[in-house]
Amino acid sequence: MTVYLPIAEISVNLFLILGMGGLVGFLSGMFGVGGGFLMTPLLIFVGIPPAVSVASVANQITATSVSGVLAHWRRGNVDFKMGTIMLVGGIVGTLIGTWIFTLLTSIGQVDLMISLSYVIFLGTIGALMFAESAKAMINTRKGNVRRKKLHQHYWIHGLPFKMRFRKSKLYISALMPLGLGALVGILSSIMGVGGGFVVVPAMIYLLGMPTSVVIGTSLFQIIFVTMNVTLLHSMTTQTVDIMLALLLMSSSVVGAQIGTRMVNKLRGEQLRILLALIVLFVCLKLAFDLVITPDDLYSLGYGGK
Amino acid sequence: MTLALRNLALSLTAICSACLMPNEPARAQSSLETDISSHLISVTSDFTGTELLLFGAIKYDEEDLGQGQGDVLVVVRGPEKDIVVRRKDRVAGIWINTDAVEFSRVPSFYAIASNRPIEEIAPADLLSRLRLGPSRLRFRANEPANVSLPFEEAIVRQKSLEDLYSDQAAAVYFLGDTLFRTTIAIPANVPVGDYIAEFYLFKDGELMSAQSSPLFIKKSGLGRTIFDFAHDYPALYGIAAIIVALFAGWLASAVFRKD
Repeated sequence: MTVYLPIAEISVNLFLILGMGGLVGFLSGMFGVGGGFLMTPLLIFVGIPPAVSVASVANQITATSVSGVLAHWRRGNVDFKMGTIMLVGGIVGTLIGTWIFTLLTSIGQVDLMISLSYVIFLGTIGALMFAESAKAMINTRKGNVRRKKLHQHYWIHGLPFKMRFRKSKLYISALMPLGLGALVGILSSIMGVGGGFVVVPAMIYLLGMPTSVVIGTSLFQIIFVTMNVTLLHSMTTQTVDIMLALLLMSSSVVGAQIGTRMVNKLRGEQLRILLALIVLFVCLKLAFDLVITPDDLYSLGYGGK
Repeated sequence: MTLALRNLALSLTAICSACLMPNEPARAQSSLETDISSHLISVTSDFTGTELLLFGAIKYDEEDLGQGQGDVLVVVRGPEKDIVVRRKDRVAGIWINTDAVEFSRVPSFYAIASNRPIEEIAPADLLSRLRLGPSRLRFRANEPANVSLPFEEAIVRQKSLEDLYSDQAAAVYFLGDTLFRTTIAIPANVPVGDYIAEFYLFKDGELMSAQSSPLFIKKSGLGRTIFDFAHDYPALYGIAAIIVALFAGWLASAVFRKD
């Protein structure tokens, strides 16, 4: 059964799109990532134009994140104070990111920069997470459960404007979540993702937030980032395909609900090692595509898109 | 207006090719009467492609009557767009877009059908001049021909892969000496816009007559409404998309809360 996408201007298989939405939604609910870094490449792979994929996925992630946040909120796993401060940074970051994106487009290397930044970020984060969670798993298995310090102290903790975040059990500088939010804003506008895959590890390792609170808070923040991206794309490029987004949403919100139930069944380090593996896999795939000889050295572009 | 211009160009080419034949006396021309099964193709939300029936009759003039059958060529071409073709080169181990050539007015769809291989119908130089067949299309580039040629070939190659360009994939069938018909497949990924169906009549390797008629491929139904809304009211469309997403997220959460 096929369905015609009015903005993408192609027909796609209904069940293929629904299946992809469900799978990515499941991962999203489980790990607190928007799933854009998986969904966008998948859609491009089935033939949907990259610009339409990026914009429609942003719209879909809003829905998945709302569904996820509500579920986490009921379990008391959202730190709204932390999320709101990150959001303020995110708005500033989006503006900077949009400026960088325009600059890259004028040089004509925006595709390359997107791929490279994916490879660099996914590779670094995936490797770090994998190493850390593998170490944690080995330690637990050996039985030498060394009581971890409540949190470690870096130079970060010397920053001014300290604030208390009760939900996250943290007393840190407000500049930290603000800066992190700004970084994510920049990445979202350049890479067309919600930024969850950067935010989640950063909150865990840089801020030292408990994993369970990180997921809900990350999703809370992603809602607003993707809403902004959807609006910007609708107004500037008209590439948001609401039909495609609706199809993806309808299955991904269900997937997200199942995913959030899985969170309580797995331990923190197990969740982290799974996410690390997925992140590394996507990174390798993208790196591979940059290095292997393409089937056709020529590519067609329309009207600067 | 473009249609009128093209018609004019076609008849001029027809006249010129007649003028260029020095040894032949001026004579009356055989002509074509043609039509298409549908001048409007609606792309609805369940559109999976369609087939277009193009048919007609040759009106032989008195001299040509009984002198053997003419050859018919049918072309369907889509709206013209500007295209940038980029070429990748390996730089420090990774593939990077290095060169680009811009082409203007490249047809987004091009299909040709004929009653026998077009190379047999007319000499190569005439086919090139009339630009018949995907490989003979020439696009206006911002670079000299020796640079742009491989880029131009890439357009034809990639469009062919997407089924948007086809070279004699269909055949023109004759019923008797005068009636002919052909079907041209319109794929699901067909670009919308103003199309032209062109009919060419050849006899003994010469162009006798040419005709063209308009054809429109339009979005309709829900798809059309969404497309128009997105382009006419972009801000409202964006807000609507966000509201739909927020609602969908809440709905799923509410549904799952009960169990």
